[in-house]
Amino acid sequence: MPRTTAKSYFWKGCRNSLPFIFVAGPFSLLFGVLATEAGLKLYEMLTFSASVYAGSAQFTALQLLREDAPTMIILASSLAVNLRVGMYSASLTPYLGAAPLWTRAIVAYFTVDQSYSLSVAQYELAPEMTLSERLAYFFGTNAIIAPLWYTGTLVGAILGTGIPESFALDFALPIAFLAMVGPMLRTPAHIAAAFVSIVVALLCVSIPYNLGLLVAGTAGMMAGARAEQFLISRGVKI
Amino acid sequence: MNDVATSATGFETSTLWIVILGLALGSFALRFFFIGIVGDRPLPEWLLRHLRYTAVAMLPALVAPLVVWPSATGGEPDLPRMAAAAVTLAVGYVTKNVLMAIGSGAVTLYALLYLVGV
Repeated sequence: MPRTTAKSYFWKGCRNSLPFIFVAGPFSLLFGVLATEAGLKLYEMLTFSASVYAGSAQFTALQLLREDAPTMIILASSLAVNLRVGMYSASLTPYLGAAPLWTRAIVAYFTVDQSYSLSVAQYELAPEMTLSERLAYFFGTNAIIAPLWYTGTLVGAILGTGIPESFALDFALPIAFLAMVGPMLRTPAHIAAAFVSIVVALLCVSIPYNLGLLVAGTAGMMAGARAEQFLISRGVKI
Repeated sequence: MNDVATSATGFETSTLWIVILGLALGSFALRFFFIGIVGDRPLPEWLLRHLRYTAVAMLPALVAPLVVWPSATGGEPDLPRMAAAAVTLAVGYVTKNVLMAIGSGAVTLYALLYLVGV
């Protein structure tokens, strides 16, 4: 009964995404709060969350908007932060590439950290899954998190103006991003990338138009790639 | 000065909409490029090797100046914020748990802000 198993994979995706409620929930609230503080109107931030649907890129754009960076720099930096979803899309392709074009377009929109990491783990675990089962699982991982992301933005926006200054919300973004980066530092190459990018970002802080961010990010990526090659040549498993 | 609509912090509304639209299209293009267009043709290894490090390079680069020269203190380096940043990163690295990292960072920040304030 292929329909039944597809359905059960959808629910499995929903169930497995439950822990991410505690990540997406607070982050979406925070986006709503910070966007309100930056002066965005409700419909502006909802359009933002629904059309972009990428937390780290949204936060980056918001921060640079507040710093009055030039539009092109805001776009380039936020998209650079989001380059990793391109990686996700590439690594989902062997599993979902056979789906019809419009389905792949919907998959593309919903490709985020949690749907990607859950799905690839599941596909590797159960190689016998059919295409429709894989799609059902993928959409299951988004069925709770995506609506949560939109409503969280809304709730954060409503709460936003009522939060007193003593909560030091100015520092919520750095803490949120560093908390995301910590678990990503899986290998010495990742640590090298982060370290180089921090040093270069601090040295380049006076470069105009916030270009320092792109310079530092590129330097960090090159450092990571070099470190990876070096480690592999030394026989270290990455 | 008053003929363009500006938000509370000064950027123009038109800038905001260009950013939203550009990011929406750009993010979708990034996500669609591989699964929609490239398909399962292999990508050059050097490109993949660099892409693997985008997140760990871009996010710290964005945050580092905000940690060292926080806007809330007028750009003066601030012990509670630096300590909170260090604790967040360290706890995230050790526990691999985003929420634990956020919690530890927030506790550090509030505790030190309270102590420094007294």
